[in-house]
Amino acid sequence: MNIVVCVKYVPDSTADQAFESDNTVDRVGVPGLLSELDEYAVEQALQLKEKNEAPESVTVTALSVGPASAADAIRKALQMGADQGVHVVDDAIAGSDALATSKVLAAAVTKIGDVDVVVCGMASTDGGMSVVPAMLAERLDLPQITFASVIESQGNQFRIKRDGDTATEVIGAVAPLVLSVTDQTGEARYPSFKGIMAAKKKPLETYSLADLEVDAGSVGLSAAWTAVENTEARPPRTAGTIVTDEDGSGAKALTEFLASKKFI
Amino acid sequence: MSEVLVLVDHIDGAVRKPAYELLTIAKRLGEPSAVFIGGADKAAAAVESLKKYGAEKVYVIDDSEIKGYLVAPKAEALQQVAAQAEPAAILITASAEGNEIAGRLAVKLESGLITNAVDVKEGPETTQSVFAGNFTVTAKVTQGTPIITVKANSAAPEESAGAGTVVDVAVTVSDSAKKAQIVASQPRESSGRPELTEAAIVVSGGRGTGGNFEPIENFADSLGAAVGASRAAVDSGWKPHAFQIGQTGKTVSPQLYVAAGISGAIQHRAGMQTSKTIIAINKDEEAPLFELVDFGVVGDLHTVLPAATEQITARKG
Ligand SMILES: Cc1cc2nc3c(=O)[nH]c(=O)nc-3n(C[C@H](O)[C@H](O)[C@H](O)COP(=O)(O)OP(=O)(O)OC[C@H]3O[C@@H](n4cnc5c(N)ncnc54)[C@H](O)[C@@H]3O)c2cc1C
Ligand SMILES: Nc1ncnc2c1ncn2[C@@H]1O[C@H](COP(=O)(O)O)[C@@H](O)[C@H]1O
Repeated sequence: MNIVVCVKYVPDSTADQAFESDNTVDRVGVPGLLSELDEYAVEQALQLKEKNEAPESVTVTALSVGPASAADAIRKALQMGADQGVHVVDDAIAGSDALATSKVLAAAVTKIGDVDVVVCGMASTDGGMSVVPAMLAERLDLPQITFASVIESQGNQFRIKRDGDTATEVIGAVAPLVLSVTDQTGEARYPSFKGIMAAKKKPLETYSLADLEVDAGSVGLSAAWTAVENTEARPPRTAGTIVTDEDGSGAKALTEFLASKKFI
Repeated sequence: MSEVLVLVDHIDGAVRKPAYELLTIAKRLGEPSAVFIGGADKAAAAVESLKKYGAEKVYVIDDSEIKGYLVAPKAEALQQVAAQAEPAAILITASAEGNEIAGRLAVKLESGLITNAVDVKEGPETTQSVFAGNFTVTAKVTQGTPIITVKANSAAPEESAGAGTVVDVAVTVSDSAKKAQIVASQPRESSGRPELTEAAIVVSGGRGTGGNFEPIENFADSLGAAVGASRAAVDSGWKPHAFQIGQTGKTVSPQLYVAAGISGAIQHRAGMQTSKTIIAINKDEEAPLFELVDFGVVGDLHTVLPAATEQITARKG
């Protein structure tokens, strides 16, 4: 079985995020890391391997599309236990939207070849849209089983639990398929010392757009199908009123505030 | 004037408020056309309510070939309606499913996609709130038919009579769109309170409740509000995941958001920061959520909320 886990390198969401002058996300000035939500995807990919009858026959490939520094995200996945890495890096990719990103990812999955399960996170932590997994499924013509909170599989039969918008659903599909996982699937493992050492010897291949036969003119900022016109830091919220409760004064002030804003 | 398609969000034929909001927005961009994918027997009632909010046309698609499968068939159905209507834009509610339908549709129509807009103006020009609400971004689609998903509560639904002309559409659903099967579906139990993402007021509790949500719920009821929770409260098993607000839970954008016993971690903020008015009740005056609030009480939620509930109830008489 071949499993590809899509991992994104994102600006640290706890750092101050910013935009560049061309309105693309600042990916240089802000320290980056493996998107926290993709750690859950790596964990589930590894569990699929470990639960397989013949784990040694299963290959987990960590795939990332991003700048040179995105190799860090792949390395983290290798340290956690993925077998090999594929990094698509090309200057033309900078500024790609989800449509272009999914196109490049789909081409990479096709090049890796014979893939049974593509595992994604539920969203990128950098303003993710939670659309890349659905777009990947569309482009690869595979079933999507997305937003999984529980995953069960037997051979190539998969069942997931999905907390839908208005209902909890059980979704079934047969591999090959695209799976996306939520943080409800359970804690992701930390790389062990052994894992960190082993990762140094694991293969990490780099592809350019030419290697994937993707037209460089069809991706990147200039080819994006949406244009950001303006980005603006939200004006600092005017400092709110903060009261300290003493002998019931807090509740009274709270009620007054609600009434003044016509919420009562 | 060109049509603007609105995918109708409904539960078993009962149209949900976000659909009316989208019709209201559609009116700014062109002629609102609703797309109702549902049971044939539910369509008539839905059409009646949709035309009250300005739907000139209602495309009715029987869902017997669609409802058993996840996302893909709805994208195919919309693609076929779009081919017929040649719309100026397609509006979809920004939910997990809505964003995924939009994503697949964007690939099919080779059209630009903007998700989670909080406002849409003529153009269409969208406004989004990104990086946990720290930045406001305005954007436009530059290729194909603009596909835009819009968060609930981004517009006040305005009643205005539309013709509501029914156009039955027979869609063909491909076999490959039927590969992810909905094996079972358990509708969320109604709490009798407003639905979280639609509610005008949301009151949330966190670890600070210590597991006792009674003060939160009573306070919420006095304001007619929905109840939410932080991940800490959900992880503790005090509330199901459906109540969770934040990056990996629901995103809400109500008129008023009240957080009690919630510190205000970035992941929580990501789900509530676009709320119009924010109130926090927290014992710790250093809690990061106080940076965001319009009004805050430093105090114990277990005494502040019950007292406030009593006063609100008394005022309401
Ligand atoms: C990948 C990832 C995704 C996440 N997604 C989400 C998400 O979607 N939603 C989310 O909420 N979190 C999410 N989190 C968790 C988030 O980081 C915080 O851990 C969580 O929000 C904390 O919840 P809390 O504020 O209830 O608890 P705490 O941070 O423990 O805060 C409790 C607060 O209650 C106050 N308090 C205690 N007792 C009282 C009292 N009697 N009266 C008043 N105040 C009191 C305390 O002063 C404290 O400020 C995520 C984390 C990760 C890593
Ligand atoms: N540049 C990328 N490289 C690898 N995987 C990605 C990339 N962008 C998105 N993904 C995958 O798609 C998921 C959803 O991303 P998004 O649609 O951006 O929220 C992520 O959790 C990743 O698994």
